[in-house]
Amino acid sequence: MRSGIIAKKVGMTRLFMEDGKQIPVTVLSLEGLQVVDNRTAERDGYTAVQLGAGTAKAKRTSQAMRGHFAAAKVEPKRKLVEFRVSEDNLVEVGAEFSAEHFVDGQKVDVTGTSIGKGFAGAMKRHNFGGLRATHGVSISHRSHGSTGQCQDPGKVFKGKKMAGHMGAARVTTQNLEVVKTDADRGLVFIKGAVPGSKGGWVTVKDAVKKKLPENVPFPAALKSAATEAPAEEAPAEGGEA
Amino acid sequence: MDLIAELEAEQIAALGKDIPDFKAGDTIRVGYKVTEGSRSRVQNYEGVCISRKNGDGIAGSFTVRKISFGEGVERVFPLYSTNIDSITVVRRGRVRRAKLYYLRSRRGKSARIAEDANYKPKKA
Repeated sequence: MRSGIIAKKVGMTRLFMEDGKQIPVTVLSLEGLQVVDNRTAERDGYTAVQLGAGTAKAKRTSQAMRGHFAAAKVEPKRKLVEFRVSEDNLVEVGAEFSAEHFVDGQKVDVTGTSIGKGFAGAMKRHNFGGLRATHGVSISHRSHGSTGQCQDPGKVFKGKKMAGHMGAARVTTQNLEVVKTDADRGLVFIKGAVPGSKGGWVTVKDAVKKKLPENVPFPAALKSAATEAPAEEAPAEGGEA
Repeated sequence: MDLIAELEAEQIAALGKDIPDFKAGDTIRVGYKVTEGSRSRVQNYEGVCISRKNGDGIAGSFTVRKISFGEGVERVFPLYSTNIDSITVVRRGRVRRAKLYYLRSRRGKSARIAEDANYKPKKA
């Protein structure tokens, strides 16, 4: 099992292909995605990599977290996520991920926090049909109808679909296709929509329900030594702060 | 410029399309690539442009209406579609609307559009 990535949702656009097809794509960007910590079986009882993305002000980072980032020799990160991996797929602490972690045509699962809709009615929240427009219906055209039976059972069953809070929940969309990747700018183009708003953080993992292509990099696609030089200078600042 | 606008500008440059200046009311000819089996040819579709949508960006599209065998036919083309071989302006029309949907309910003489005699090309 390979690590996933943390990415920021940039927005949507379309790509025109040579064969005349247009593909709607969501652009995800990798922003300083580095390994902050490893979880090992000996120490923690399970194996995982902890990745960090984005930049956080050192001043606004708690003392405890500053120590955690300093131990990894990375700048303070905005978002931290653990990905469970098998033991041979652990990545060394401080390594920076590249967008080529995913190959073109690969299927991925994308998890994000959906856009909040507030307190929504049953029609919007559960696709109920509502009541009729005429025939004596009075000021309740968008209401749900009956919520149950009569004196027996004399209660509304638990889990009954009703109006309530909608959105702002963790949502995973499975089997989305990676159309292309741009390693220079750290962009991943995913076919179709991805949960969440622009500027929101999402995690992208290899699809659970599809076979992994053979040419994916193991344990992860990392930025080459040439680009690592500036990354090594940066942690020094984070450590002092 | 934000990243999405940058990506779209790059894609427009990479597609290298030469889109003439046209608007609703102009009569245009669209050379559209048709693939039959393995063979591909260019089919011309000529008619009045009745709407331009979503600007000149990558998401832009236009609608062309013509009367074919007595039946009105409308086709929507994406502006930057790779299936479009060429777009040529046949005639410049003078109209006072951005969307000429009123042409749908008109036939013959009342569906004519006057020619724009003093058309000035946009400054580059």
